[in-house]
Amino acid sequence: MSNTSSGASVKTAVDGKPPKKKKVKYSSGHSSMTKRSLRKWCWLFIGPVFASFIIGFIWPFLQGIYLSFCGKFNIISNAHLQGFENYVKAFSDETFFHSFWFTALFAVVSVVLINLLAFSIAYALTQGVKGSNLFRTVFFMPNLIGGIVLGYLWSMIFDGLLDLWTSQNLVDNEVYGFWGLIILLLWQQVGYMMIIYIAGLQAVPDDMIEAAKIDGATKSQTLFRVIIPNVMPSITICTFLTLTNSFKLYDQNLALTGGKPSRLTEMLALNISNGYSNMATRGMAQAKAVIFFIFVAALGIAQLAATRKKEVQQ
Amino acid sequence: MPGRYRVNILEKVINVKKTTLKRAAALGLTALMAGSALAGCGGNNSSSSTDSKAASNTESKAADGAKGSVYWLNFKPEIDETLQTLAKKYKEDKGVEVKVVTAASGTYSTTLTAEMDKSNPPTLFVIGNQQGVKDWGDFALDLKDTAIAKELNTEAYNLTDANGKLVSIGYCYECYGIIVNPTLVEKAGHKMDEIKNFAGLKTVVEDIHKRAGELGFDAFSSSDMDDSSSWRFTGHLANLEYFYEEKAAGKTWTECPATITGEYLPNYKNLYDLMINNSLAAPTDLSAGGHNAEEEFKTGKAAFFVNGSWEYAAVSETVPNAVMIPYYCGVEGEEKAGLNCGTENCWAVNANVSKEDQQATIDFMVWLVTDPEASKTMVEQLGIMPYKNAAESTNGFLKNAAAYDADGCYVMDWATNYQPNVDEYRKDLVSALNAYNADQSDANWEGVKTAFVDGWAKQYKAIAE
Repeated sequence: MSNTSSGASVKTAVDGKPPKKKKVKYSSGHSSMTKRSLRKWCWLFIGPVFASFIIGFIWPFLQGIYLSFCGKFNIISNAHLQGFENYVKAFSDETFFHSFWFTALFAVVSVVLINLLAFSIAYALTQGVKGSNLFRTVFFMPNLIGGIVLGYLWSMIFDGLLDLWTSQNLVDNEVYGFWGLIILLLWQQVGYMMIIYIAGLQAVPDDMIEAAKIDGATKSQTLFRVIIPNVMPSITICTFLTLTNSFKLYDQNLALTGGKPSRLTEMLALNISNGYSNMATRGMAQAKAVIFFIFVAALGIAQLAATRKKEVQQ
Repeated sequence: MPGRYRVNILEKVINVKKTTLKRAAALGLTALMAGSALAGCGGNNSSSSTDSKAASNTESKAADGAKGSVYWLNFKPEIDETLQTLAKKYKEDKGVEVKVVTAASGTYSTTLTAEMDKSNPPTLFVIGNQQGVKDWGDFALDLKDTAIAKELNTEAYNLTDANGKLVSIGYCYECYGIIVNPTLVEKAGHKMDEIKNFAGLKTVVEDIHKRAGELGFDAFSSSDMDDSSSWRFTGHLANLEYFYEEKAAGKTWTECPATITGEYLPNYKNLYDLMINNSLAAPTDLSAGGHNAEEEFKTGKAAFFVNGSWEYAAVSETVPNAVMIPYYCGVEGEEKAGLNCGTENCWAVNANVSKEDQQATIDFMVWLVTDPEASKTMVEQLGIMPYKNAAESTNGFLKNAAAYDADGCYVMDWATNYQPNVDEYRKDLVSALNAYNADQSDANWEGVKTAFVDGWAKQYKAIAE
């Protein structure tokens, strides 16, 4: 999950670039013929992707919203509008609230820790340490392993470690479960965020740092007054990714604790999907999913707006 | 501009030259287009082929006086291969198309939801318990007086709805209990005859466990509490409590009761304690899982194994004389107990498909339970089929069940099938049992009791409309 979302944002940002360049190129060099045929044929290129986006995302999304207002249903064509009952049920579901607070706490802790660690490592690895390329690769690698596999692997590691000083296992105690998830996510995501920070740090103009040095700035002054304001765009991206990833976390949660003990380590996404398996709670799960979407979208946008304000122009 | 800046960063992230980036993007786009184009073609192809199939179907229907086809949505992945072979054979013998689709393990309900919405829904599907009757009963044809219903030799595994409609009929049944290796019991100087009730079982088990080092094997195989194994205790073993509650009340449940009393929970505890404390694995290791109970039993490391009749094929490879005994748990009169027998394998015929398809489906079902070869193949896979003309069972554990039956012992029916909101109910029970396994205190047993009894009421309420 986390991989796809971060991958997608990378792609859109990269995709966003070429047209700008092309525009310049075509308007200066090529005739308006090329432009016209491009306009004529662009649907052939965009069409398939656009169609699959509608089939795979827009349509199910709209249908999901519709179903959240329906009464108990077994097949979708049997669903009938009922009103806001599912939303009332969702808001009075204790497990949903528990999941919400658990997830919120998890998100806060993981956003802070991941970004602090990732930035520190990135900073260390841009100081010209020997073998920093090797370190970058090694730190990035955990990101290549899928969440389910990671969950099962780490559950074995944690159980082995816990065995040294307690008779309880990871799934017996929600505190262990919480920190287990945090450690797992750190291990997986720090490397990825580190790469983004490294790129940001390398983009800080050397003359700025040199100027700061000449002006007599100390190392920490340079870091906080020059470097960090200049890497704000990286911080924006990284906080956005970690925040949304933490809220949407599903496979790692499923594989590591599965919500045990007694749904106490169940995060929002898992809580929603567990509700879908039972016909009686299906509509409610759908309503929860809509609430979840609105919440994560609002949070993401708010965060982007807040950190963007801090970005400096070069 | 922050946007542009971000792109800069990302280029550095990917760390490639712009040309390479462009080329990569172009390649990616081409691949994507090719992919979607292919997908498009595939979709078209398949739909056109089904269209033509449908067309030819209607043609042939018109030609040879309405011949339907069968679509079985199967829920047991382990019998998929057998069913595909049988479907092919049926096509060769009778010329009727049989399509078998198997839902992946644990996804039957969602698969059924999706399939039922299609223009060619399953004609044959599974309604395995009362909850299923409530959820899917409207889709089921009344099987009363149909050819397949007349083949049954017992009504015990049928499911009816509140109006008496025969919604689904069992096509096989299963039993669970405690699987025992008699050779090991005798090696330890005991006789199988000693085990006639809980006291007898306890003596033998505790003696074997005490001398495990000297004997080279232990009493019980491990009772893991991870998802691959916990159902043996939160589903099967729990049945003894529900069953004796039913028995004490003098009537079998026909729908999920709103509450249970937990009156026989001490008996559940008797057997549970015996299992976890006289076993190869330490109780504190159970929540993490990772033991292989079947392997422990098969390789002669343990003499007792809690499981069901479906294990016969695997177990009898190395322990051909393995027998299954009832859950002895210290209830009065349990010397007359039999095995836990029941089923969730019940056929329902879709009421919303054409008459021809319904008829073809029923014909196919009759063939499966009457044709000597087909029913033999089915019985080998499923253990036993409750039909007059079906092949005889070769399953040793089901023979044990029949022997108990013949001795006048009571069958412990599957009251466990009524567990409300079953996944959630069992999850809570697993957590409570894990806490108890880690520390067998009275307080922790209270937790189990809460999950078992109060949890029932809580989950009943959660799914009540």
